[in-house]
Amino acid sequence: MKLKKGIPVIDQGDKLGFWGGKFGGNFVPETLKKPIEDLEIQFNKLKNNKKFLKERDKYFKNWIGTPTRFIKLNNLTKQVGGAQIWSKVVSDANGGAHKIYNATVHCLLAKRSGKKVIIGDTGAGYAGKMLSMAAKKFGLKCKIFMGAKDIKRQQPNVKAMKKNDAEVIPVYSGSQTLVDAVSECMRYWVANCDTTAMCVGSTVGPAIFVRICGWSTSQISRELKVQLMNEFGDIPKKLKLYNCVGGGSSSFGFWNEFMDYDKKQVEFIGVEAGGPTKSKRHAAPLTYGSKIGILHGAAQYVNQNSDGQIEETESISAGLDYPGISPLHCFLKDTKRARYTAASDEEALKAYQIVTKYENLRPSLEPSHAFSVAIKEAKKLSKDTIIIINSCGDAYKDRGILEKKLGKKYVKSN
Amino acid sequence: MLNPISLAFKNAKKEKRPALLTYTVAGDSSKKQSLEILKAISNYADILEVGVPHNTPVADGGQIQTSAYRAIKNGIRMNDIFKIVSDFKKSKNSKPVIFMGYYNMIFQYGENNFLKNCKKSGVNGLIVVDLPWPENKIFLKKCKKNSINFIQLLSPTTSGKRLKSITKDSHDMIYYISMLSTTGGKLKVSPKKILYNYNKIKKINPKKNCVIGFGITEKNISNFKNTDGLVVGSQICKEITRSLNNRQNPVINVSKVVSKLRKKIS
Ligand SMILES: Cc1ncc(COP(=O)(O)O)c(C=O)c1O
Repeated sequence: MKLKKGIPVIDQGDKLGFWGGKFGGNFVPETLKKPIEDLEIQFNKLKNNKKFLKERDKYFKNWIGTPTRFIKLNNLTKQVGGAQIWSKVVSDANGGAHKIYNATVHCLLAKRSGKKVIIGDTGAGYAGKMLSMAAKKFGLKCKIFMGAKDIKRQQPNVKAMKKNDAEVIPVYSGSQTLVDAVSECMRYWVANCDTTAMCVGSTVGPAIFVRICGWSTSQISRELKVQLMNEFGDIPKKLKLYNCVGGGSSSFGFWNEFMDYDKKQVEFIGVEAGGPTKSKRHAAPLTYGSKIGILHGAAQYVNQNSDGQIEETESISAGLDYPGISPLHCFLKDTKRARYTAASDEEALKAYQIVTKYENLRPSLEPSHAFSVAIKEAKKLSKDTIIIINSCGDAYKDRGILEKKLGKKYVKSN
Repeated sequence: MLNPISLAFKNAKKEKRPALLTYTVAGDSSKKQSLEILKAISNYADILEVGVPHNTPVADGGQIQTSAYRAIKNGIRMNDIFKIVSDFKKSKNSKPVIFMGYYNMIFQYGENNFLKNCKKSGVNGLIVVDLPWPENKIFLKKCKKNSINFIQLLSPTTSGKRLKSITKDSHDMIYYISMLSTTGGKLKVSPKKILYNYNKIKKINPKKNCVIGFGITEKNISNFKNTDGLVVGSQICKEITRSLNNRQNPVINVSKVVSKLRKKIS
């Protein structure tokens, strides 16, 4: 299995949508073949269309707010001692997380194809919140599918969705988390694909959704490349990019523009959710060697039993609480371009405490997983190593959990 | 010699009626009970679809999900499902059996191993909801080699060109999904429109037995008397749930439902 140079990874799949011959694809009911093909044709055309790119960039710039900040965490660097610790503050983006890029692109596509309704799944509630924002902006009706457990634990984002006039549909099946929300959303699409557009909230699902999402979040690394050139005059000789990985959209977008660099120069580290230390359950299929299976239309490493039933996951962060992982990351893992590891619930919480203690930055529980690993590894690295953590979400949505786990003083008033 | 599935269609045709296909989930609500249900309804049904329950079904509506989750919760495993079929096949009025499920179950079992066990236990056909054409081409050939019918699905969104290619790449039976819906949805398209599409498919190759499924219930089944076959699933799964909730015997209640369905098309 080989990664090609000079070709965007999203375009390295084969005719049937498989990366490396075995990850991804389109394991979908016959009914969805046509809408998926329509979307493929539309996207393949538009992604090279100058007018469309201009439109995308206009909304990215004026509405989402690009570029998001690239900052040095001076206090943390001093405290940890070792590599220079930097952060790309993607939570600066309108809405507070990277999910806005994919949501905006999907709404632009839906609008062009004349769809009146857009549906989407959400775990942490960011994908749902952003889709509701973009839908409102572009005059589309919006329905969000969300696990009942996640509705309870991510209330601030649920409120935001409702404020944007989205209908939030609770999903009670299975573990009542993201995996069930995605299933229910796909089921709804099967029954309504003639009038309704679907947005999948991460780089998962049938191949076209993986591609659109990865293409959209790549804005993050496009910005970062420019910011690195401005800061250092060149891409640093020792650069490490840390990102949490749920479905894999923020990490893929954070890395994409650096794909062709040698990994000795630009290393990618993906951090999965290890779950509670005491629990056997986790949401880290790449770290803990899960087998390849089919989930939500794509072949990927996924937590499952020997029969192929998808296993329940457990993580403090709703956004990472997913048994599968993007086919793109399976591909990056097997080609050894990226390295994957996990952080536990407790480690993520601890990292959150450390970061907020020393810096004016409040990463949500998802990026706190990445901070945990980055801080640990930074200690052992030389001062000329630049490590960057994608702070892809803001902790506002986690205030309930943080207050419960750490006490009131960790929750600021806004 | 005709394979058992084609023979079932032929026998129904002799009686000038469509074949009746039922769908029940293996292991719902227990291994023993699902076997008893199969035995009871095969008095009236011509072909039995046996659902292989999966916990992330992307094409099933509420009723079938409920049945599937109930079966999984009660501990059903793939090997139990094969056992249910082989036990059923030993009963005196057994009928052809078609597995309906999702590809991951086959993938984990290993395609070859899965087909070997299908043959051994007496499974006659397979419907794999999320293995569409052309993705299914290789598996399709393997099925044929093992004399297992691979049943292609067609839907209202299937283009004319696809209809032709898929029909060409099908075995003796094809399955037309009546409308844009998961299983168990209310029939939201007129029977006339469904029959129009059905006839379009039949024209491509009149020899293939084409069944219609999704949304078919006691209420509307008699509209489709002039077809090769009809599949009823959710109404049956719903009846199992209803019986369990009312502490009644699902075996008796379900066979009453199936007998009624049969009368409506006879
Ligand atoms: C802030 C944040 N980070 C990360 C994720 C994980 O998703 P992904 O791996 O697609 O970036 C989520 C998902 O909801 C999220 O809200």
